[in-house]
Amino acid sequence: MYSKAEIQRPVGNTFIVLSIFVALLLNGLPWHGVGLMLKPDFVAMILLYWCMHKPMRIGIGLAWAVGIFADVADASIFGQHALTYTLLGFGGVVLHRRLQMFDLRQQASQVLIIFALTYLAYGLVHWLAEGEVIWGYFLGVFTSTLLWIPLCLLLQRLQQVRVNRER
Amino acid sequence: MIDNTHSFRFFDRGPSPLARLLFFAFLSVLLMFVDVRYRYLESTRSGLSLLVSPVQAVATLPARLWNQLGDYFTLQAHLKEHNQTLQAQHLVDVAQLLVLQSLQAENQQLRALTTLPLRQTQTSQLAEVIYSERDLFKRKIIISKGASDQIAAGQVVIDDSGVVGQVTRVFPYLSEVTLITEKDHVVPVQVLRNGLRTIVFGAGDTSQLSVRYMPISADVQNDDVLVTSGIDGTYPAGIPVAKIVKIERDPAYPFARITCLPLAGVDKNHQLIILSSLAKLPDLPITEVSADELAKKSKSKRGHP
Repeated sequence: MYSKAEIQRPVGNTFIVLSIFVALLLNGLPWHGVGLMLKPDFVAMILLYWCMHKPMRIGIGLAWAVGIFADVADASIFGQHALTYTLLGFGGVVLHRRLQMFDLRQQASQVLIIFALTYLAYGLVHWLAEGEVIWGYFLGVFTSTLLWIPLCLLLQRLQQVRVNRER
Repeated sequence: MIDNTHSFRFFDRGPSPLARLLFFAFLSVLLMFVDVRYRYLESTRSGLSLLVSPVQAVATLPARLWNQLGDYFTLQAHLKEHNQTLQAQHLVDVAQLLVLQSLQAENQQLRALTTLPLRQTQTSQLAEVIYSERDLFKRKIIISKGASDQIAAGQVVIDDSGVVGQVTRVFPYLSEVTLITEKDHVVPVQVLRNGLRTIVFGAGDTSQLSVRYMPISADVQNDDVLVTSGIDGTYPAGIPVAKIVKIERDPAYPFARITCLPLAGVDKNHQLIILSSLAKLPDLPITEVSADELAKKSKSKRGHP
């Protein structure tokens, strides 16, 4: 999966925390109208990335905790995002070996299914609690998947730059 | 160097992913249940919001800076024009205010004469909208005044032209306002033209409101203005809420289908006013009776399955 056979530097905890923080920030931007409908779930993407690449350190528990924060930030039902991200973390941790063998395009097709299932869980909870489904919300599955490849490239590049600088 | 050398533990990796999934999923479902059913978690939520609010502040910073920059570079001509319209509006308002003052004095005298309880004067606070509808599913906004400014859940939020919503959740420095267009949000109103009492429901996904359970023969017309009736004590009386735009009278149904548009800029304004005093009404007197009736009903149900 690392095309240039670069060995990546161990990722610092600071880097991981910072990336999750930035994702929360991006989710918190004032999205409106069509933008809101198409908004990819940055936190879900970054959590899936870390669950996939560092399943020993970033797991289901942390995903749940971040979900609780997302619930507070979004003023959604307590535990709604937490449940979604728990499922996401499970998908990432369980499938991490398979996903790491694929190249980015194949990964994206697998990731689409994981996102679709987690969005479905979120929509289901909302349907049970409020009794309505808004279908536009599910467009986020596709935008999140489309952004998956750029996100992977970006994070890999960031880790490589750190290697070069310190040598 | 190979990553994760320290995690090559052959036996002890803690619980399996499936066990973790089940544990945390169960925890989430439990939390959701407690939150939806009992609302026990508000203090936890407001505690955590102290941690989250800096992130939110940073996230909205670029947009705010952009707006401020825009304000700074507003053309002078615009300012001048704006100033003129404001002046004109001010004159009109002064005239109306004078009339209002005399009316208030007269009203007070009349009320004193009939020894009616005085209507409370409303004090109000200005707040800014920080977020609007973060979630597609919701018609809620977060405003910049919270428990530290003596905001309490249940207070009414208005703008310069009518009711916007109601404070439903209070955090230390923020509070959440449910808009009147939220699905199934209810406002008791009356028709300004003839005083007909009714109830306006939010429609949810559109910015419309609807009047349900109004008989086909009821005296309502297009362009009728609905104002709060003050019944139920939550909303003070006489604040404009909505204007009727469409009435369908289909004889096949017992009720007319009436669509209204909110008069206030429910989705538009940046500054809102929170009315601080809630009218205190005496409690409903029929609670015990209704409890008895309920008991009787459930008994009879059990008796005749």
